[in-house]
Amino acid sequence: MIRAAAALIGLISVVSCQRYVDTTSRPTLTVFAAASLQPPFDRIAQQIQATPRINYAGTQTLTTSLIQGARADVFASADSAHMKTIEDTGLLASPPQVFAHNRLEIAVARGNPKGIHGLADLARAGLVVVLADPSVPAGKYADQALAKAGVKVRPASLELQVTAVLTKVALGEADAGIVYASDVTSSGKVDGVQIPDSQNVVADYLIGNLSDRPVAREFIDLVLSAKGQAILTESGFGRA
Amino acid sequence: MTQARVPGPLLALAAAGLLLFLLPLAGLVARAPWDQVGPALVAPATLTALELSIFCSLTATAAALVLGIPLALLLSRTSGTLRAVLRALTTLPMVLPPVVGGVALLIAFGRRGLAGAPLYAVFGVQVPFTTAAAVVAETFVAMPFLVIAVEGGLRALDHRYEEAARALGAGAWKVFLRVTLPLLRPAIFSGAVLCWARALGEFGATITFAGNLPGTTQTVPLAVYVTNETRPEGAIALSLILLAVSLAVLVGLRDRWLGAP
Repeated sequence: MIRAAAALIGLISVVSCQRYVDTTSRPTLTVFAAASLQPPFDRIAQQIQATPRINYAGTQTLTTSLIQGARADVFASADSAHMKTIEDTGLLASPPQVFAHNRLEIAVARGNPKGIHGLADLARAGLVVVLADPSVPAGKYADQALAKAGVKVRPASLELQVTAVLTKVALGEADAGIVYASDVTSSGKVDGVQIPDSQNVVADYLIGNLSDRPVAREFIDLVLSAKGQAILTESGFGRA
Repeated sequence: MTQARVPGPLLALAAAGLLLFLLPLAGLVARAPWDQVGPALVAPATLTALELSIFCSLTATAAALVLGIPLALLLSRTSGTLRAVLRALTTLPMVLPPVVGGVALLIAFGRRGLAGAPLYAVFGVQVPFTTAAAVVAETFVAMPFLVIAVEGGLRALDHRYEEAARALGAGAWKVFLRVTLPLLRPAIFSGAVLCWARALGEFGATITFAGNLPGTTQTVPLAVYVTNETRPEGAIALSLILLAVSLAVLVGLRDRWLGAP
């Protein structure tokens, strides 16, 4: 019994190790990408001649990991500040490039049952509003937009990545959350309320080459190509 | 009596195992910016998280005592399949990844949840994002530690005392209060301390179910995670607090865990 269990564990370990050790001729490409980029990057990554491994998380989480020595080929950030931190740390092989833009939208339940029509409505008493933490790019942008609109919101929670804000609204736990327009486009489970230009913030998405391996350059070129830009636009992003 | 020697290769492996435990702790202490630890400790943000953590973990432990001791009693007095099922249910949160627990709690007690939807419809109460949610998450994850300890105590109990009390005419309730409970004191104490320590360290279920808001649901482990991405020295200071608490628990329970050869 114990011997069988040990053999099973050994077998599983060997098999799973092989997945992580490069045994095929296909190279792997490791991308650290802002959580909001998952829908377009999953599609773009399928088109390269490599096995993609993409770590989607809050830009600030990825930045911390990279500074602490995490190995990746490409870093895609949802703001310029964190990309600058990575560049200043000397981790980039070439200067970063802006590859997309995003705008903020208010995510609400399907059909907008609470009748939310702008940022000012988010201050209403009894409304459960969730934002991203100010350390997250989306949270920083949300704070800027609310400041522009002169609205003070008492959030119910400060999530650690923008996709968690979206989830809370999609699950019905929050009445509203400030997310990216692209999040609303890809979610399909929430409605988006537009924020006028005068109050909105344009998020710059930057991509940086960490390893300078051929696959890294191939992926970045693809993101910047007409094909990559079309996928980003379909996912609700603005062109570079 | 001479002790048998530990074979060389096993000794080397044991040393490697010890290093795995010791190195991260040594790193935490060595890398701690000691001049900044003091100010970081009394920073309002730290104190808020600490205060909340103490409140939530103590409330969760109290809830675990009130619900867990009867549960342990029930476990010790059932047998067969029923007991196996009850036992599996009680211990499940110990082996379940806490984040899964958080998702499950959200689905049960959320506004559209199994129990949460009627709660919201009738009383207008929403559990997620409240301090109560943080307490529920901690209780969910930590209560099994208390139940297991108390059940162990019940099984080791000399039941003749209870029988004697019954023979002298005491009712079931009186026997429980005056005989069983006092005899269980050591098991309840160590179970409660373990439960409290686990509640204090809870992260996954809390952030998933209760969210993250300073002063409401951001307990120390959540604050450590968030601070590590903006002010690593603050995260180290907070981690040192939790490390000190863990050591204190270990020392406090040394008779039960380390001593008694």
